[in-house]
Amino acid sequence: MASARLREPTPVRWGLRLLAVVYVFLLVLWPVSLVVKYTFADGLTALSTALTDPDVTHALRLTAVVALSAVVINLVFGVWISILLVRYEFPGKRALSALVDLPLSVSPVVVGLALVLAYNPRTGLFGTHLDAAGIQVIFATPGMVLATAFVALPLVIREVVPVLAEIGDEQEQASRSLGANAVQTFRRITLPSIKWAVVYGVVLSLARSLGEFGAVKVVSGNIVRQTQTATLVVESKYQGFDQDTAYATAFLLAAASVICIVVVSLLRPKEQS
Amino acid sequence: MTTTTVPARTARRRRAGGAGSLSGPTALGLGVAVLWFSLLVLVPLGLVVTTALSDGLADFWETITSPQTLSAVELTVVQAVLVTLLNVVMGTVIAWVLVRDRFPGKAVLDVVIDIPFALPTIVAGLVLLALYGPQSPIGVNVANTRASVFLALAFVTLPFVVRTVQPVLEELEADVEEAAASLGAGRLTTFRRIILPSLVPSIAAGAALSFARGISEYGSLVLLSGNLPNRTEVVSVRVLTYIENGDPASAAAAATLMLVVALAVIVALDVIQRRVARRG
Repeated sequence: MASARLREPTPVRWGLRLLAVVYVFLLVLWPVSLVVKYTFADGLTALSTALTDPDVTHALRLTAVVALSAVVINLVFGVWISILLVRYEFPGKRALSALVDLPLSVSPVVVGLALVLAYNPRTGLFGTHLDAAGIQVIFATPGMVLATAFVALPLVIREVVPVLAEIGDEQEQASRSLGANAVQTFRRITLPSIKWAVVYGVVLSLARSLGEFGAVKVVSGNIVRQTQTATLVVESKYQGFDQDTAYATAFLLAAASVICIVVVSLLRPKEQS
Repeated sequence: MTTTTVPARTARRRRAGGAGSLSGPTALGLGVAVLWFSLLVLVPLGLVVTTALSDGLADFWETITSPQTLSAVELTVVQAVLVTLLNVVMGTVIAWVLVRDRFPGKAVLDVVIDIPFALPTIVAGLVLLALYGPQSPIGVNVANTRASVFLALAFVTLPFVVRTVQPVLEELEADVEEAAASLGAGRLTTFRRIILPSLVPSIAAGAALSFARGISEYGSLVLLSGNLPNRTEVVSVRVLTYIENGDPASAAAAATLMLVVALAVIVALDVIQRRVARRG
């Protein structure tokens, strides 16, 4: 890149640039911008209609509860598993390390099916016992939290593991040899150095959790004003010919996810400097 | 599942410092983490496989070879392969442009690449329908056709190859390219002989992720493809139809097939990647 010899001839450079920009514009930017356009075609009418629709407001509240619960679970589990995978040796470590990535390649519908098979109250391996204890999982909020936690599980781990591996454990060992206990070492030494990785992981998990659709559809039963999340409302409103509300709700979800990735991209360079 | 639970006494010490050893509370913590992971992921997925085989191998075979399931599998695999090939080319081009080119708006392009990853899949389907559906402002309507499956998969898998190739391209040293150029190699030769070989492992990794995501896609297709049996129905939709018809055994059979294909591709490409990495 430094020397002129290593640059492509101008037509090639322009050709590649044009190809990349046009492709991304046609595939992503233009379609996404249309949702904004349709949502605000009548000013704020569509958005305010959607926000006064009890189906939508209930779904948005439920989505927030489910997504936040799943993010908190994955934050605690993710940071802990990352520390175990990087700092400790134990039999089965390689298998565990490979298996935590599994949720990324499993279809959301299969995730939903798997959870229904395990947790349904009539035949489920755990579901029958939980039902006897009076806990309903499938067609209720706990099942939707499980489904969301399942699909977003690897995101925190994938961010934290490389950072933990890179910083090494000299400082942690020094801290311990000076008499700090495990909790103090974690809070004073480990946590500050993985802080940004944890933040990215959380933001990405939040984006993924707010938008989960297939797995939640299977385990929730999709009952209006009970177990219908925002993404399920988009589908049912669109199929019920209430396109304005579908677009407005889709816009809110898209805005949330775009804010998440912009936050991540703004934070990233800060860490390097 | 029980094999991954670790009693403290079998834990090995990593280094002399002792930081790597599992003390009592840590071993308990590992047990809790593995238990949670098993309850959430491993046991439910295991139940998919056992449910698929619960009525015997004959029933399993009959489900996955029924004409409707076969046609869904064919559609899903063919479109996922085509989209992966497209991503190998376009993903590499986009990564190249992001790393080697400089132009106003490049930072925006870099952020836009991540939108398909963060956007809810149902919203992805809706936005594609807005531009390429019946009310298309440019007169292109692919709704309810096989092309719509291709389009939706191309959208949701866009970031994978770009994001695996980009960091490798950034790390490439310019001196080898300079040496090639000073010895008279043209840019195309340099790319083919010097740059491409070092990108192959990352392209393969991106392709594996892209294919695995492609065959498991559901949300973005719901509104776009119409889910017409034997024509635009992908395997995920087939599984959901079985679930809604109260036939968990058949749903589990089709789901098991998907799990096996996804696993096989990931293992195969991992092997290719290692081989290339060793040679390079």
